[in-house]
Amino acid sequence: MELISQHTKAIMEGCKERAAEVGLRFDPETLEYLVTNRDLLELTPKLMIPTLYDYWVHDVEVLKEKGRYELYPSNPYETVINTRPAISYYNDNNPDWMNVMIFYHVLAHIDFFQNNLYFRHTWDYDFTGQALSDKRMIAQLRSEKGRWVDYVIEFARSIDNLVGFHAELGRLARAPETPRTRMLDYYFDRFLQTVRAAKPNQYIKEVERYNACMQESPELGEQAFFAEVFRKYPEFDALYKRSLEAKSAGRQDVMQFILEHSEFLNKEKNRWMKPIIEVVRKTSLFFQPQIRTKIMNEGWASYWHEQLFLKDDRICGHEVDFARTHAGVTAMPRVGLNPYALGMRMFQYIADQGDTGRYTKEFRRLTDAWEREHYDRHTGAGRRLLFRVRENLNDFLFVNTFIDQDFVNRFRLFVAGRRLNQTKGVWEIYVKSRSAEEYRAMLMDGLYHPPCIEIDRSKTGNGALCLVHRFEGKPLVREFIANTMLGIEYLWGQPVQLETSEVVHTEPGPGTAALPGMQMSLSEERQRREVTWQRVRYIMQDRKLAREVI
Amino acid sequence: MTVSPKIRDEKLYARLKAAGLSLAQEANIRRELEAGGTHDLPADEPAGDGDLQAARARGLYGYHDLDGRQHLPAMQSSASASIRSIDELLERDRLREQDGFPRKINVGRLIKPGKRGKDKVVIVPTTVEEKLLHDSSFRSEEERSSGGSGDGEEGEVIGEQPVREEERPGGGGPGQGEGDSHEMESNAYDLGRILTEKFKLPNLKDKGKKRSLTRYTYDLTDRHRGFGQLLDKKATLRKILETNLHLGNVPDVGHIDPGRFLVAPEDKVYRVLSPEKDYESQAMVFFLRDYSGSMEGQATVLVVSQHVMIYSWLVYQYAMQVETRFILHDTEAKEVPDFYTYYNSKVAGGTQVSSTFTLVNEIVERENLARDYNIYVFHGTDGDDWDHDGTQCVPQLKKVLRYASRVGITIAQHAQEEGQRTEVEKYVRASSLLEDQPRLLRMDVMREDANEPRLIEGIKALISE
Repeated sequence: MELISQHTKAIMEGCKERAAEVGLRFDPETLEYLVTNRDLLELTPKLMIPTLYDYWVHDVEVLKEKGRYELYPSNPYETVINTRPAISYYNDNNPDWMNVMIFYHVLAHIDFFQNNLYFRHTWDYDFTGQALSDKRMIAQLRSEKGRWVDYVIEFARSIDNLVGFHAELGRLARAPETPRTRMLDYYFDRFLQTVRAAKPNQYIKEVERYNACMQESPELGEQAFFAEVFRKYPEFDALYKRSLEAKSAGRQDVMQFILEHSEFLNKEKNRWMKPIIEVVRKTSLFFQPQIRTKIMNEGWASYWHEQLFLKDDRICGHEVDFARTHAGVTAMPRVGLNPYALGMRMFQYIADQGDTGRYTKEFRRLTDAWEREHYDRHTGAGRRLLFRVRENLNDFLFVNTFIDQDFVNRFRLFVAGRRLNQTKGVWEIYVKSRSAEEYRAMLMDGLYHPPCIEIDRSKTGNGALCLVHRFEGKPLVREFIANTMLGIEYLWGQPVQLETSEVVHTEPGPGTAALPGMQMSLSEERQRREVTWQRVRYIMQDRKLAREVI
Repeated sequence: MTVSPKIRDEKLYARLKAAGLSLAQEANIRRELEAGGTHDLPADEPAGDGDLQAARARGLYGYHDLDGRQHLPAMQSSASASIRSIDELLERDRLREQDGFPRKINVGRLIKPGKRGKDKVVIVPTTVEEKLLHDSSFRSEEERSSGGSGDGEEGEVIGEQPVREEERPGGGGPGQGEGDSHEMESNAYDLGRILTEKFKLPNLKDKGKKRSLTRYTYDLTDRHRGFGQLLDKKATLRKILETNLHLGNVPDVGHIDPGRFLVAPEDKVYRVLSPEKDYESQAMVFFLRDYSGSMEGQATVLVVSQHVMIYSWLVYQYAMQVETRFILHDTEAKEVPDFYTYYNSKVAGGTQVSSTFTLVNEIVERENLARDYNIYVFHGTDGDDWDHDGTQCVPQLKKVLRYASRVGITIAQHAQEEGQRTEVEKYVRASSLLEDQPRLLRMDVMREDANEPRLIEGIKALISE
């Protein structure tokens, strides 16, 4: 790995100036490296972070058939990594004009990393630096504890997709609040209404009393108000504190909970495991926003490299080369989903909406087709809207907000279905639907969405850890449950339960005698079958898995 | 002897029918007969809409910057790169078991899907990172949809994809082609290296005067010019003379004056130490495979996978010094020249297990192999045989056992036959050969859904002492 030449770096600096002019915001410092295939061989398993901790699984081909991308909360094959300074990787022999295009693409990515709020938790430190110190810490532990370090990494990684990413963001984004007002919220919202079940007139009396207190003394009013409350309800203080605890625990993800409450990990001789789990958790959190903004991030970068490249005065004469490469990446596939192509078109569409003033209530209320088609208020607010979208949305919201029927019609999109043609012995790919709703649903279904697994504190007693999978229409990959729970049991040190939903298996009817090579009739059968669900509980105890239907 | 296989099978069927068949037996035979098909090697390019397939395989998260923008293809650790640490990995896996955790490393064939169905088979250690993940596979293939763009009314068909390719377990697969023959060999070598510690040929006896298979002898046999360990005077003189002749320094060949010779350093020929392999091998391994119609699908995959492993291990461990022969059979057996043909020939036709053992006997007799070789026979089948009670097969098998050091029979049982014994299993057990000659005959019956570790277990059973 070596830095790009001064000549190429000069091109990059030129790109930075032009990109900053149109409003992209990024740290002026960046690092660009040339990579060879050999470097990539080592970088790819480490998700392009050169300083990531060592782990033996990185040396082995990891099968990704089940759950495919869900195994990795990130894209292990990106040009830019979200560090300070941002690092980007290049092929050795790119011509200058192509570097200009790639640099714009990279700069837009950096702008996205550094301004999209889903990356908020990565803004205040350099991940490569921290990863390096973590890597050294793990290497040190490995020299003392041997392969047990790898077991801890393995078991921690087996639950690293369950990290509370949104809770983490929420913690950073919440406005500072005083403990007093939180107590006030609890008193009026929870205590009076639920605990005391106060009648409306009592409730109003309390509100009036509070107002009176505040009027008398804006500073001490609240204190005076609560002095009366404490006198009247001696239990209030204890209840309030308990509610605070419950609230903070509710926000703990599975990894945090285990770290804090596992008797096994908190034993003196096992304490060394905790920092390893922390490292795995932090690494996972770092990559979370990347996979959740794939369409946006690639769309944003593609949109800007197109805009900026075409205006760049340095590369005259390479328009055709550019057009060919650009189209190769951003052409809409006949069948399939390309995040570059889709995202870029969405940003073009959004810019258009902003420029014509269509992203308004007024436009949305219009029902007349002709008026809708010719609507143009010349507001020129497209760019502002673009930057707002880039700052505030992730893929889910992006797709949900901006894919409407106009968009689907404009780019002639459709949902492609597959059906079996028995007589010809082929799968037919056909236009299933052109409705925006279905297109959206199809996209949503494909978006990264790890299962939501929480800790049921009411059932987590007597040492056993009780996990509950919130059912969202999909079961868990069944063959992975045993080993994952084995790992959790190891870290928890006591039995572990998992409640989840599974498909009730109905036997295929007679007449589908299983002849070799007769899958056709089976799949048809399956389609006709209604899927019914049942709740099941898995119990892992002493490294043995039991399953029961609830 | 140029009877078409179809007619041959029909005739055999008629004969068997005359002898009396049960309903189930008859159904089996009819099914194989009617299935048709030939044993061709597969065509190079399977038909199909490559772009459509590639797009489907990729999905939303399959696109990456380095690939798309800079045409750097995604790197995947190649077999040779990861093989470095394989011993260490296997050791780690063994320790896992010791520590009370399940094993995590699989050695197996990994299929890398490529464009236009040109999948590549690579043999590597693999693992899975298990997590709690959503599983979409409970929905049928038809319910899963993808994005698209362009023309077409709702309901209009815009492309087709052959069903066949979908069915191939992980693409390619034995008995159906894929890969070229060179790749087969190099992959086999890698896998063999992985397996090497696990197995050893059983009952290996000294036959004739030949030396051990794996021993190297070091001798001063190689010649080297310029420097070395021992000067070869005769060769050097010859070389010097040759050089001087070329230089025109030998005016009269009748009277040579060595004093006038010009000697170049390159003219000095030395002997250097070199390892001498014993090319004389003393083991011959026969691979027999049932490629009748009933072997369609998983049965063939299993049998061939197991044979791939055995073959790979032989290639590595005995450095190609074990001779291998390959025989395929339906109702008639034929020998094929290489493992590639053996691996890839398609299934079709009826089943006569006896034919294959007969052929082995013929070959051994004709070439007088029993005197000089330790002979090993591995046979893979799904257990169907038109010769239901083994009246022809068992005598042939007995004959093989007279000279073979080990006969290993693998039966990959079809799922629907689970619980009952297959015909081959029945008559082999009935013959009590397994009990009489436990050192010579082994049989491994596995279910159709067996996995790689099970296959390795099977090999252990087949070749353990």
